Amino acid sequence: MSVILLIEQVLNGLQFGVMLFLMAAGLTLIFGVMGLINLAHGSLYMVGAFAAAAVAGWTGSFLLALAASLAAAAAFGALIELTVIRRLYARDHLDQVLATFALILIFSEATRWTFGSFPLFLDTPDWLSGTVMLPGGIEYSLYRLTIIGIGLVVAVALFLLISKTRVGMRIRAGENDREMIGALGVDISILYTLVFALGAALAGLSGALVGAIQSVEVGMGEPVLILAFVVIVIGGIGSIKGALFGAILVGLTDTLGRTLLPVLFGTFMEASSATTIGSALASMLIYILMAGVLVFRPTGLFGSA
Amino acid sequence: MISTKAKQTLKAFGAASVLALSMATGAAAGGHAKAKIGLITTLTGGGAGLGVDVRDGFMLAINQAGDGAGVEVVIEDDQRKPDVAVKLADEMIQSEKVDILTGIIWSNLALAVVPGAVAQGKFYLSPNAGPFQLAGKGCHENYFNVAWQNDNLHEAAGAYANEAGYKNSFILAPNYPAGQDALKGYKRMYGGDLAGELYTKLGQTDYAAEIAQIRASDADSVFFFLPGGMGISFLKQYADSGIDLPVVGPAFSFDQGILQAVGEAALGVKNTSQWNKDIDNAANKAFVETFQAEYGRLPSLYASQGFDTANLILSALAKADVKDADAFRAALKEADFDSVRGDFKFGNNNHPIQDIYVREVIKEGDVFTNKIIATGLTDHQDVHAKDCALQ
Amino acid sequence: MLRERYLNLIILAILVIIPLWAWVSDEPFTITLVTRAVILALAGVGLNLALGQGGLVSFGHAAYFGIGGYAMGILASHAQNYDPIIEVPFLIEGTNSMPIIWLVAVIAGALSALVIGALSLRTTGVYFIMVTLAFGQMLYYFAISWPAYGGEDGLSIYVRNQFPGVNTLDPMQFFVVCFVILCVVLFLVDRINKSPFGLALDGAHQQEERVQTVGINVYRLRLVAFVISGAITALAGALFADLNRFVSPVMFSWHFSGEIIVFIILGGVARLFGPVVGACLFILLEHILGDLSDYWHIYLGAILLFVVLFAKGGILGFLSKKEVPHAG
Repeated sequence: MSVILLIEQVLNGLQFGVMLFLMAAGLTLIFGVMGLINLAHGSLYMVGAFAAAAVAGWTGSFLLALAASLAAAAAFGALIELTVIRRLYARDHLDQVLATFALILIFSEATRWTFGSFPLFLDTPDWLSGTVMLPGGIEYSLYRLTIIGIGLVVAVALFLLISKTRVGMRIRAGENDREMIGALGVDISILYTLVFALGAALAGLSGALVGAIQSVEVGMGEPVLILAFVVIVIGGIGSIKGALFGAILVGLTDTLGRTLLPVLFGTFMEASSATTIGSALASMLIYILMAGVLVFRPTGLFGSA
Repeated sequence: MISTKAKQTLKAFGAASVLALSMATGAAAGGHAKAKIGLITTLTGGGAGLGVDVRDGFMLAINQAGDGAGVEVVIEDDQRKPDVAVKLADEMIQSEKVDILTGIIWSNLALAVVPGAVAQGKFYLSPNAGPFQLAGKGCHENYFNVAWQNDNLHEAAGAYANEAGYKNSFILAPNYPAGQDALKGYKRMYGGDLAGELYTKLGQTDYAAEIAQIRASDADSVFFFLPGGMGISFLKQYADSGIDLPVVGPAFSFDQGILQAVGEAALGVKNTSQWNKDIDNAANKAFVETFQAEYGRLPSLYASQGFDTANLILSALAKADVKDADAFRAALKEADFDSVRGDFKFGNNNHPIQDIYVREVIKEGDVFTNKIIATGLTDHQDVHAKDCALQ
Repeated sequence: MLRERYLNLIILAILVIIPLWAWVSDEPFTITLVTRAVILALAGVGLNLALGQGGLVSFGHAAYFGIGGYAMGILASHAQNYDPIIEVPFLIEGTNSMPIIWLVAVIAGALSALVIGALSLRTTGVYFIMVTLAFGQMLYYFAISWPAYGGEDGLSIYVRNQFPGVNTLDPMQFFVVCFVILCVVLFLVDRINKSPFGLALDGAHQQEERVQTVGINVYRLRLVAFVISGAITALAGALFADLNRFVSPVMFSWHFSGEIIVFIILGGVARLFGPVVGACLFILLEHILGDLSDYWHIYLGAILLFVVLFAKGGILGFLSKKEVPHAG
């Protein structure tokens, strides 16, 4: 395997990781502030993608589609927070898992009822399609580079929001001591709705960004949801830094595992069984990584006990 | 008569079908129906599009035959879960007392249901899945496949690759039995070298790593089998990568239902199929027209298979009583119906012997669709037939 | 307490009466459906020991269900093809005897729960939920891509396995086998719950420090509960495979792990009969709602949501109007 291919695969891993970060950031924020496990986060990702596909279909504008994905996911996020989720904050994780599992069923079938059983069309805009030549002769997709860029911007923005603004201060205060912040007169329920809608909007944005190069279909959120959970558990639940680090670690592990393991097995076994076994191991790799991390650091890499 | 339940399930949802269910049971008790058919297919979740198409194609033929045909159809949703499919098959056989089962889309569900159903003396007609286990050693006199053996379309793609002069193909498929069979099927016919052979994760949606490997290889063509959403993702990302090697694959990623979601990225791609809407025969013309009129969309490969399956059953019912298993089996095997794909006959293992075409993705007005450009394989029979003990 | 015991007896009675009625009126499918509910209930009873009594929310119990299923599938497929499993260093043949298959399933389930539990129990809370999910997913992807036993296609077993003196292909007789197993397991679990071990397990769930200060090793306590729980769920997996005469990787999927949790919460967490009621209700809903509409998952989701939000303590909690009988 050439060096150029290896660098390209590292970029691919990075891009996959950044995309996971957009999902994981909302998930970890919601858990960190409200202590809620939200399985329906993948449904908000799907809502974002469908909203983007619908708006892109009507208007032909990719930017409007992205705006629609943010708005629709945030709106649905706020809606379920107000009707269902806020009743779950005081419950144990078990009730949260089940209630949000029920929300997945409702969201998936309601989407299918609205948009039909066939995948929708959403494409990258002309001004972002094609490839660019990177230094060293690497030809790389412009759209994927853009995703890396957007992800990093979001990471910085979230970091600034939490460490520098008044809202962020309240979020941090809320994480540390819920009663205290209530006593200080901050209307905590509005804060919670805002945080939930923010997390939902990030999921929706990532659904729209990814939907343009993947398939916009019912059920698209579930595999990503599981990966996002793997990410935040590895990074330490509640930590944005952990989510970023975990996402990139998972992205790189998965991408490099997929490409390198079959090659590695090929050095000592017959080619076709090396491909099969290498690919089988690669599909299990991130779960092995996660189990490994938790065995040595039971609260993730950046988690507090 | 046609079961009210089936009609209701098609047209209306909600409380109406509960009522219809009791009416359907009443009709069965009356004993007027010549045959009762259980249709188990996927109607919820990500793969529902295929099941809906098979059901709509099937019911179109049944409705066209009218009440005189004396067929009653019970439709149930398997949710793409093998254990649910088995449960429904038990229900259809033990409780609904159907004579014929059909409808399953996925090979793994078919493998769960078919052996048990035929062992209990029921007929099973597959409108889609054709796993090798049921075509070779595990073939059964009561199991008929009206679509294809799973390898067929991949073999045709391999044959086309030879004809197109490809010498160095890069091939990829998901790492599960149907994916492994797809690559085997392609290699069986393809005579050139392999630039690479990859298995991806089932359900994978990001193919950047695989596309980078294709770019780095010295391949002159790409063959892939990635059904459903996986194929949409791959094609869009492949088009975005700027690689311009020719792509060939089986029809599953270029079907009418998903082509619109792939868009421009699929234009010009060659794919193999036993059916297309431009096949020139009267049955096909009528089918495409009536399907569009009834459901407001172009029929897909799956709809055509559902339609053919229903017409095969109707043709056999016209000749023999379904309760007389030997006569009915013989009538099925004659395949005396106007298939929308043109010539159709069964081999010794009750799998089709048929032509497989090469299609190209084109744009007609605003709609992406396929047109036939060549015949990939003529009167093709699957290789597993020789392992089947049936005559 | 008394009231819930009566309720439990009524539930058992219903589980006997429905198949009997179906048997008399020649409705074999109803018997199959009840058998399915009984087997899924058994899987739930297994998880309930860890989740209800022990407070260990495992989101990966499909792993043991699948292992039990594959124990049956592998042994029976080798017996079916007259092909020994291994020949060197000593001969192991397949079998189609149910008792042997159950034993293998229970041992395999217990061993895998021992390994997974030993690693997972180092974590708590959400981390525990997620690490058990991760192990489940590992096995799922392994089962899909491992070609020897059918991969995603799964394994078909053409006849049901044998149990001495019983015609297992007869729906009623197979139901009786499953029902007796469920009763035996319920009895044993009840004994466990009321034993010093069960009380300590429940105590560790409520107040971990207090149990620790009496000198009980909480980690070991939970590990034992987790192993028993996995073994019971594996037994259910073996029966489920025999019911369908088929195993597939879907048994390992995270959706199934979710479904077992749904049974428990529907019925009532930490109640002996909670999973039994929950599984029966789930099967009933699936059966009725499925005929109602193509989009029946919406109704199912709405009902689940309602139970979680408003019917705390599940159906049994609602019926017996009593909080979970801790230490009880």
